[in-house]
Amino acid sequence: MSNLTLTPTNVKEMLLKVADVIIESEEKLSQADRDLGDGDHGLGMQRGFTAAKAQLEVLEPKTVSEVFTTTGMTLMASMGGASGAVMGMLFQSGGTALGANDSLDADGLCTFLKGACDGVTNLGGAKPGDKTMVDALVSARNKAEGNDCKSISEACQAAASGANEGMEATKAMIATMGRAKTLGEKSIGYPDPGALSVSIIFKTMSDYAS
Amino acid sequence: MKKLLNEPLQAASELVDGLVDYYNGSVEQVSPGAIALTEISDDKVALLVGGGTGHEPIYHGLIGEGMADGAACGDIFAAPPPNVILDATKAVNRGNGVLYLYGNYAGDVMNFKIAAQLAAVEGIRVETVLIWDDVASAPPTEKDKRRGIAGLIPIVKLAGAAADRAENLDELVALVTNARDNTRSVGVAMAPGSIPATGKPTFQLDEDSIGVGMGIHGEQGVGVEKMTSADELAIKMIDLVLADDLPIGAGDEVLVFVNSLGSTTMMECLIVLKKVKALLLKKGISIYDILLGPLVTCQEMAGISLSLTKLNDTLKPLWDAPCSSLGYTKLGK
Repeated sequence: MSNLTLTPTNVKEMLLKVADVIIESEEKLSQADRDLGDGDHGLGMQRGFTAAKAQLEVLEPKTVSEVFTTTGMTLMASMGGASGAVMGMLFQSGGTALGANDSLDADGLCTFLKGACDGVTNLGGAKPGDKTMVDALVSARNKAEGNDCKSISEACQAAASGANEGMEATKAMIATMGRAKTLGEKSIGYPDPGALSVSIIFKTMSDYAS
Repeated sequence: MKKLLNEPLQAASELVDGLVDYYNGSVEQVSPGAIALTEISDDKVALLVGGGTGHEPIYHGLIGEGMADGAACGDIFAAPPPNVILDATKAVNRGNGVLYLYGNYAGDVMNFKIAAQLAAVEGIRVETVLIWDDVASAPPTEKDKRRGIAGLIPIVKLAGAAADRAENLDELVALVTNARDNTRSVGVAMAPGSIPATGKPTFQLDEDSIGVGMGIHGEQGVGVEKMTSADELAIKMIDLVLADDLPIGAGDEVLVFVNSLGSTTMMECLIVLKKVKALLLKKGISIYDILLGPLVTCQEMAGISLSLTKLNDTLKPLWDAPCSSLGYTKLGK
């Protein structure tokens, strides 16, 4: 049984689920960040999604866009740090790209992913291969666009699998952006914490949509 | 690690409350995390600093007379969000524009960039000077990839004096760029600090090793070497700074700043300073003024950094001006 589309209320439920899973993943994300940075990524994500959850719970959405932009603005305002800016921008510009749509289908998810990729790369300047969350995000977009998905559940599944591949690929990369860049070759073997977050986000969306 | 906290996750907001209390009326919190001087003259071009908390007294402890007008404070070790920066921007702006002056870290750059766009929408002119004094973090040809470390103390002090004198925002940008471009630093880590909320160390370093070029957030160093003596380390740091692209030699006058990253003692800083001074004098470089102590810190991190600012006819009068703040106070020449 696969869902063809999601209503704004479905998308709200989906992002509430994402918030719960990210909050539960605090230690896993913090450990990933201790391997490469200063270890605060999990706490920032936990803080951001706790705030987003509170905003989403009282939201009565008319469009899917407002669910995503509410999440984005709240993450940006409550997290700070590099991850607040890029995670906030992911949802903010992805949501803005959706316009006034009152449902999310496979094409809508691709539109969201294109908006998210454009917003994040314009802000931070990272490209695929730089060992950042962009690797997971661009890989999610490519897989969702390339699979000719018929339903939102198929599209989310493709995005989740792409995000996971993108995250796995960061393990072999040398960091060139952010605090991890000073590690040089010592960054090999560890996944980028932001990419790990992106893979958890899309995995949870896929679990919900199917 | 024993730390005096209440709710660990509230450490950042509680320390900002405490900072406002310290200023005892001359500083107010205009929204959570955004602080500004209560009195800023109407003809002033404003100077806004900011960054993550946990590195006190920087950056937010550098506001005061002859220093910055306001600060945007993030969570522990994390850049402030755009809305906090925007609130601080509005609080310090007197219609003459605002200079953003902060360290070159990805998170700070992105959040200040979004804030500058939001400020532009509100009709506030913003310019930015990034601090990138750490010679160990990228080659001289890629300064925009260098981190901002302890050199920010002399840079913010010079910028504060410049903001009191500048006729307009463009003049302030030029003066602050002059200060930034004449400042170089290098840091050495000996032991990690810890994250207040978790108590966990920010990195690992063997007991007998030091991290040369390690950043103030505990980013792992560019090179890990054997623990050495104060004199040997002073020689290494002076060599690294003087080998950079800023020519500093006989006849030049410099500000010297020996910074403790947290738990390294004043005793150790003084022992290092003794050697640094001897090495500089031997090269014919004269010392105009000295700063020393834990001003750019990372909790109880052990380590030290050395910063040199090469003075010129523009910067010298700016340095001579008195200033006061939690982090740095100067009574006059």
